[in-house]
Amino acid sequence: MSANPNTSSLKDAAIAAVVTAVLTVPMLGLKLTPAPEGLVFDKHFLLVAFAVLAVFVVQLAKPYIRLPKFGGVGLRTPESFVQHPGRWWAIAIGLAAVWPFATQVLPFLGGRGEIDIATAALTYVMLGLGLNIVVGFAGLLDLGYVAFYAIGAYTYALLSLYFGLSFWECLPIAGLLAGTFGILLGFPVLRLRGDYLAIVTLGFGEIIRLVLNNWDSLTHGPDGIGNIPKPGLFGHEIGRRAAEGGTTLWDALGIPFDGAYPVIFLYLVALALVAASLFVINRLIRMPVGRAWEALREDEIACRSLGLNPTVIKLTAFALGATFAGFAGSFYAARLGSINPESFVFIESATILAIVVLGGMGSQLGVILAALALTILPELARGFSEYRMLVFGLVMVLMMIWRPQGLVPVTRPRLELPE
Amino acid sequence: MSLLEVSGLQMRFGGLVAVDGINFTVQPRQIYAVIGPNGAGKTTVFNCVSGFYRPSAGSIHLEGQEIAGQSGHRIARRGLVRTFQNIRLFRSMTAVENLLVAQHTKLETGLLKGLFSVPAYRAAEKHALERAAYWLDRVGLRSLANREAGNLSYGQQRRLEIARCMITEPKLLLLDEPAAGLNPQETRELDHLIRDLRDQHDVAVLLIEHDMSLVMEISERILVMEYGRPIAEGTPEEIRHDPRVIKAYLGEA
Repeated sequence: MSANPNTSSLKDAAIAAVVTAVLTVPMLGLKLTPAPEGLVFDKHFLLVAFAVLAVFVVQLAKPYIRLPKFGGVGLRTPESFVQHPGRWWAIAIGLAAVWPFATQVLPFLGGRGEIDIATAALTYVMLGLGLNIVVGFAGLLDLGYVAFYAIGAYTYALLSLYFGLSFWECLPIAGLLAGTFGILLGFPVLRLRGDYLAIVTLGFGEIIRLVLNNWDSLTHGPDGIGNIPKPGLFGHEIGRRAAEGGTTLWDALGIPFDGAYPVIFLYLVALALVAASLFVINRLIRMPVGRAWEALREDEIACRSLGLNPTVIKLTAFALGATFAGFAGSFYAARLGSINPESFVFIESATILAIVVLGGMGSQLGVILAALALTILPELARGFSEYRMLVFGLVMVLMMIWRPQGLVPVTRPRLELPE
Repeated sequence: MSLLEVSGLQMRFGGLVAVDGINFTVQPRQIYAVIGPNGAGKTTVFNCVSGFYRPSAGSIHLEGQEIAGQSGHRIARRGLVRTFQNIRLFRSMTAVENLLVAQHTKLETGLLKGLFSVPAYRAAEKHALERAAYWLDRVGLRSLANREAGNLSYGQQRRLEIARCMITEPKLLLLDEPAAGLNPQETRELDHLIRDLRDQHDVAVLLIEHDMSLVMEISERILVMEYGRPIAEGTPEEIRHDPRVIKAYLGEA
């Protein structure tokens, strides 16, 4: 027997309204207020009634609401960009490199605060690009990506704390170590896909964070590690004054110190790292290994039938994706100067994943724009910070309904065939 | 020496014996067909031979070497590749990219060589693109090279899947119902294509097919299966007159 659609939607709406009532009574309807005789419940049942009514009406009207489809409208990657991404990236990065110096002359272009925000945003660009390899190209849903970020950060922090190694010495080590952990995670999850893989990677992310939190003797536990030195340049330091026996870069260059210089320097380091990541990843995705990642995402069985070894392909994706998180992590540690396990909680993984999905899985341009948007917009909207997460969530919901392919969907490069 | 030798092949899924007592031999450059009613176990035989199932018993020799139980990608590298009943292309990649992926094992896959774009890497990529162009021409898809594979018509997808196999330079090509869903014109073209592949590229073809006219036309030998067991084996002429085959297909008089 098939239920009358009207009665069934009426029933659904009623159920939704009851659920709303149950949820909203404690949240909206009752408020504890201190009174002379002790705490009393203030009752605001009108609010609950509004919420219930709204849910009921929306549920009832849902079959009749047609969300407009405008998937075709919006940003598309320009053709010349698809064919020659390198040129356009070079221009963009060149402009980005000039920007902080321009702010010194033209203050309306921004100041130290803006440069600092941009530096943080660039870290997320790098994380987004790295996770894009794993999720966007190889199609492996990784919810524990922050673990590799943490490994990178702690590698630098610990090596500098215990062995006094510099940022530039630690950077490759951090990348290598994160990549190794990528492979270690890869092995047990080789047979898993989709939801199951997501759960295991989620667990892995938590394990790493909990180890960092509880291994007091090595990582100082929840206190974290402080006084992590900033990166230098050719053995010179970038602070106001050099440590005992060192020289600052400004002294070496013979220019007077300005408080903006260290900020600009860090920004340029971040930009250089992003540029290097972009270059490497752009090459990778056009190489056999990049094509194999995409083929694996499309059809693992077909891959095997053509002699491609899925194990190797998955492990390279995990390892290379993790490597970029390792770089980003050690830069993060260097920029902030102190880290603790609380910086590497699940919400970070979720944010990075949101960057990849909102940008358009597999789309470099989209991921970069999404990373910039998701880190810069909340900073600009600090004024209404209590609504930030609300807006963030809403944007994600609306994006996934209207534009599931992301901000800038992937456009496949055209290959010119020889005669 | 025979190219493929299957003997005593058995495949059990728990208590169910899907395939049992299968023996056949494919010679180099031979076109060999496996036919039988739906559910006879033909695709199971394919999956065993191509390494997607691990056979419960029996042996499979490719050029004299045991391959039973080896993983699919190893067997593919030895020169045995297959197509699928429900086409398995890399749907959101372009036709030419599909052909490039198929050449993966023959390409320069060193990460550093690619990152620094050394001459050997560039030469390998150029060669791969040339071969892709050749095969797109061969199956008449050159003008659709940059079209996403999932947007091609059914017949074009079938041809692309065959081209994708052939570009790996196989010794034995397994086709699982290549004519399914094709119109009569496309089926005739497929008939010519399969013969041309054998004649010009020295590949042996093992195919599962329901289209009897195609099977009788191009096969040199035929294995007939029913309920997971072989009921006849021989030339098309012998099969056509075999009473057991007639009974299996037409029922008892």
